[in-house]
Amino acid sequence: MKIDLNLLNEVTAFIWAEADMLDHSEHETWIKLWNEKGVYIIPIDPSLTDYENNLNYAYDDHHMRQLRVERLKNGEAISTAPKANTVRSVSRIRILKDDNDEIILRCAQNLREFRKENLKHYTADVIFHLQRDVEQGFKINRKIINLVNSTDTLAGISYIL
Amino acid sequence: MNSIIPTQNIEIDYNELVQSDRAHTSLYKDAQIFDDEMEKIFYKTWVWVAHASEIPDVGSYKTMNIGKQPVIAVRDRKKKVHVLLNRCRHRAATVCEHKKGKTNSFVCPYHGWSYALDGSLRGVPSPESYGECLDKSEFPLISLRIEEYNGMIFASFNHEIEPLEDFLGAAKKWIDLFMKQGAGYPIKVLGEHRFTFPGNWKIQLENTTDAYHFPLVHKSFLSSVDEQTEELFNFENQPGYVEDLGNGHSVMVMIPELVDLDEELMQRPIQERFEELAQALRDEGHEELEVRRIVRAVGGSGFNLNLFPNIACSMAFFRVMQPIAVDKTEIHHSVITMDGGPQIANQYRLRLHEHFQGPFGFGTPDDAEAWERVQHGASAGNDLWIMLNRGLTGEVKTEDGLKSDVSAETGMRAAYQQWKKLMMS
Repeated sequence: MKIDLNLLNEVTAFIWAEADMLDHSEHETWIKLWNEKGVYIIPIDPSLTDYENNLNYAYDDHHMRQLRVERLKNGEAISTAPKANTVRSVSRIRILKDDNDEIILRCAQNLREFRKENLKHYTADVIFHLQRDVEQGFKINRKIINLVNSTDTLAGISYIL
Repeated sequence: MNSIIPTQNIEIDYNELVQSDRAHTSLYKDAQIFDDEMEKIFYKTWVWVAHASEIPDVGSYKTMNIGKQPVIAVRDRKKKVHVLLNRCRHRAATVCEHKKGKTNSFVCPYHGWSYALDGSLRGVPSPESYGECLDKSEFPLISLRIEEYNGMIFASFNHEIEPLEDFLGAAKKWIDLFMKQGAGYPIKVLGEHRFTFPGNWKIQLENTTDAYHFPLVHKSFLSSVDEQTEELFNFENQPGYVEDLGNGHSVMVMIPELVDLDEELMQRPIQERFEELAQALRDEGHEELEVRRIVRAVGGSGFNLNLFPNIACSMAFFRVMQPIAVDKTEIHHSVITMDGGPQIANQYRLRLHEHFQGPFGFGTPDDAEAWERVQHGASAGNDLWIMLNRGLTGEVKTEDGLKSDVSAETGMRAAYQQWKKLMMS
């Protein structure tokens, strides 16, 4: 196994920036990281990978991403006020595939959420499909968030994982 | 001096705690009342366990709780459904820990007692030590009474309970209407969103026929849909109503024109948001009537049917309720698809479900937030009441029960009267 450290550095810098944007509610900039055809997916059952034909927690295309950002911004949803504070760490990054069209990588994400009196913890395996982009290095084609407890009963989550 | 020692009255007066227009706050927070509810409601009446499509084949099973007791719903070799206590008759270990699946038998992992799909004890390892002292026919998994209506499978611990059809009564015709969203295909449950909220189960029970909260709690959802859909969800502007259907069941009709999904299919225009789907279906070669039937079904029914105590047929999904503790409740929102129906139409239904439901939806987290606040607020004012008097003034008698305007609390009053009846029996 030979690791392309340059590429690993590049993608790491990109997904760290993405994580920072989400923790600091820079959603407009976050949306621009995406390829318009890209899909953001939070599956329920990790073994059902035909996401289009199964039920997910989220299956956001460009339109739904915009709506989700708008919902977080406009303060109309009582579950977003008070807002949840989040800090996420992204680590254990491994490139699974690298060809000219697309880079697929997998990483670990640990997120702490604090809202009202509750500190919560969400751990996930995250898969990114990235497309090279002249301007910003990469664009996200697909992001799949496999929560370790996805098949458990969850409480409401009103921010972007 | 009077020497009689005063004794505390430990009997709870349920007659006093539920009145015609209000329920006492202790119903949300008294652990003794919760324990009583398990015995007098969840272990006495019919409780919904599954839709037939969730256990379609021989050996298909699903596990869940009825009240606090773990059970398995399973289809046996003759395709008959059984609901069995998930407890080995030897030393009590559960015989199944998966949420769903398919099996030939249930084998206890502790000492290997094995049970057939109908619950009968098939074999025990090394039986010689028992000699003559174990009659296998005396130790099947305990079987509950079960009955099914239009694919809805209910179970009861109470073997003397009235037939399911009598219990459902006037709700049956609403179940039949709800099933029209298969658009001619069998209805299939294809997964569910499970979530919990820190609050009493009756807070959710009330919510299913609460149109009053919708424009406020779901403002952000309404902002996220197109104008025509937003108008359709403006229930106050339509001649909807809530009706008490007896036995604690009720229906809230929010969109009267979507009560019977087969009505005026060719006469009414397709909603703009479904135009693209309609065209895609036409391109697949479906006849226009069929296209319209499918598209209409994708949007779901215009009513919420609340069946006491734990299941609702709610617009386009099943809402299943599982009380966990006096202040903790688990909810499942099961998505309904057309079994064998066009893939693009089912995908549309899945995406609609994800839009509103579940911990990441645009609706559920806001509901959960409101319910959590109810439980929190109910910690204050031990002598206060939960007011349920909305719509009393306009309430009229109907063939099936009582009816009032769409945002009336008629459905909640119906549920609490049934609650009281069972708790006092």
